[in-house]
Amino acid sequence: MNEYKLSEEIERYLNGEMTKEERTAFDILRKENAEVNVMVTEHKHFTGLLKQYGERLELESRLDAIHREIDVHTLKEELMVHPSWVVQLWRSHHSKISVAASIAIFAVLGTLFFTGYLSNRELNYVRLRGEVAKIHQQANNLNEKLNRLNGSGRVISNPGKYRGTGFAITSSGLIATNYHVIEGADSVYVQNNAGKSFKAKVLYSEPENDIAILKIVDTSFRNLKPIPYTFKRLESDLAESVYTFGYSQEAPVYDDGKLTSANGLNGDSLDYQISIPINPGNSGGPLLDTRGNIIGIVQAKQTQMEGVHFAVKSSYLLSAIDSLEKKVNLNTKNTLVNLTPVQQVKKLKNYVFMVKVYDK
Amino acid sequence: MSKDLNSGIPTDNEVILGILNNSESVLKRLYLAYFPMVLQLIINNSGNEDDAKDIYQEAIIVLYNKVKAGDFELSSKLKTYIYSICRRLWLKRLSQMNRYSGDIKDFQEYLVVDDETEKNNERDIQFNKMGSALQLLGEPCKTIIEDFYIHNRSMQEICESFGYTNADNAKTQKYKCLQRLKKLFFQQK
Repeated sequence: MNEYKLSEEIERYLNGEMTKEERTAFDILRKENAEVNVMVTEHKHFTGLLKQYGERLELESRLDAIHREIDVHTLKEELMVHPSWVVQLWRSHHSKISVAASIAIFAVLGTLFFTGYLSNRELNYVRLRGEVAKIHQQANNLNEKLNRLNGSGRVISNPGKYRGTGFAITSSGLIATNYHVIEGADSVYVQNNAGKSFKAKVLYSEPENDIAILKIVDTSFRNLKPIPYTFKRLESDLAESVYTFGYSQEAPVYDDGKLTSANGLNGDSLDYQISIPINPGNSGGPLLDTRGNIIGIVQAKQTQMEGVHFAVKSSYLLSAIDSLEKKVNLNTKNTLVNLTPVQQVKKLKNYVFMVKVYDK
Repeated sequence: MSKDLNSGIPTDNEVILGILNNSESVLKRLYLAYFPMVLQLIINNSGNEDDAKDIYQEAIIVLYNKVKAGDFELSSKLKTYIYSICRRLWLKRLSQMNRYSGDIKDFQEYLVVDDETEKNNERDIQFNKMGSALQLLGEPCKTIIEDFYIHNRSMQEICESFGYTNADNAKTQKYKCLQRLKKLFFQQK
């Protein structure tokens, strides 16, 4: 039997086209001849695969036919999770945007650098003491007149050329103020609420943060009562009610407002921005929240925008205190916390000093 | 009432019976019912509508074969099953294209399905080999083989449509064609 004949037989056998006798004979052949048996199995497998392949093609064409009835385009529109156009824009163009942004940043920084804007922060400020000097002159005149009117009265020590405010850090006579208040000073005096002046020396200063710490060295100075307020280490929140108390005039002045921005001029993270109407002489004064925490040092004002003022954050003051040679134990017990503003200020006034500076 | 029976989402049992009975309408309803779900999965995970079609049809075929083979046990909702298969297939496709970023946006709950898609993959390879072997075979062999072995046409009909003088000639031709096809099929790697 040649292969062709055999293959025909196998096909007939598998398709069940053989007679009973032929089938029996073929079964015997399969059993006796292993080669034939393998051929039968192989043929069965192969034609089976062919058949399945055909069925698969048919199923696929059926599915394709069904698929053609679906309006895929409309469906797609409906089902797409549409990110906002910003996200889409970013996804499709992020490399271009990145390059553009880098160039823009570089250009802006370059321009700022070459125009000297970056190195000239001072230009934006008018130091409060400038204005203070002017007002001070008027105050002096008034004082003189008052003295003359009163004949003798209480002795008013000759006020210094510049005036700012300072507040006690410790009861032993450490006073915090702004650096610019005492900048270039020959001698510094602080004057308490009762009008008594004490000689002080500049213990420590940080011009870059506009912080100075004074120490009262006058022999007539007696230690203060325990400090009633505490110093806040964390940043305060926007819209928090804040107030200050300082010597914008001969007598101490209370002013309140809100914390309006966590950053100062040009995004300077050193400062808070506050909406308190700061007056000349407030520089160096304490900025407190309603619970009696010191949250900053009132600093300076911007020339262009009225009603915008700044305060150095208390965290900078705390790190300045930390860097003092002699370790300072700060008050941790806040006795102002539940008091009304009136009561708070009543206590506070004993700890806020006028800072007078005499030039060389 | 009859309209309700013939449209909308078929129940899971309907689908299984429909596949077993080769019901065209059930297949269609099944297809229409879950395609949007799969389209949503694919197009929101860096694919397009053609990918969705491929993946979905592959999943339907997996289901179809499993049901036909009689070893399909529905352990969850059919919807979840189809979604899981498609998800698995798409993840595989994405990683083959090196586009898999490690996370996929899901719209349905899903099961872990592994071996089933693997099994189907094996069969697909065989089918691809068969397809290209048939292409290489050329005419008239291809049609003869397809007519006889796939479409179950008799030798007599084939003989007539190809104009062979007698059935024996056609049989010899078919035999030669099949031998060549086997050779082409097994030659492929």
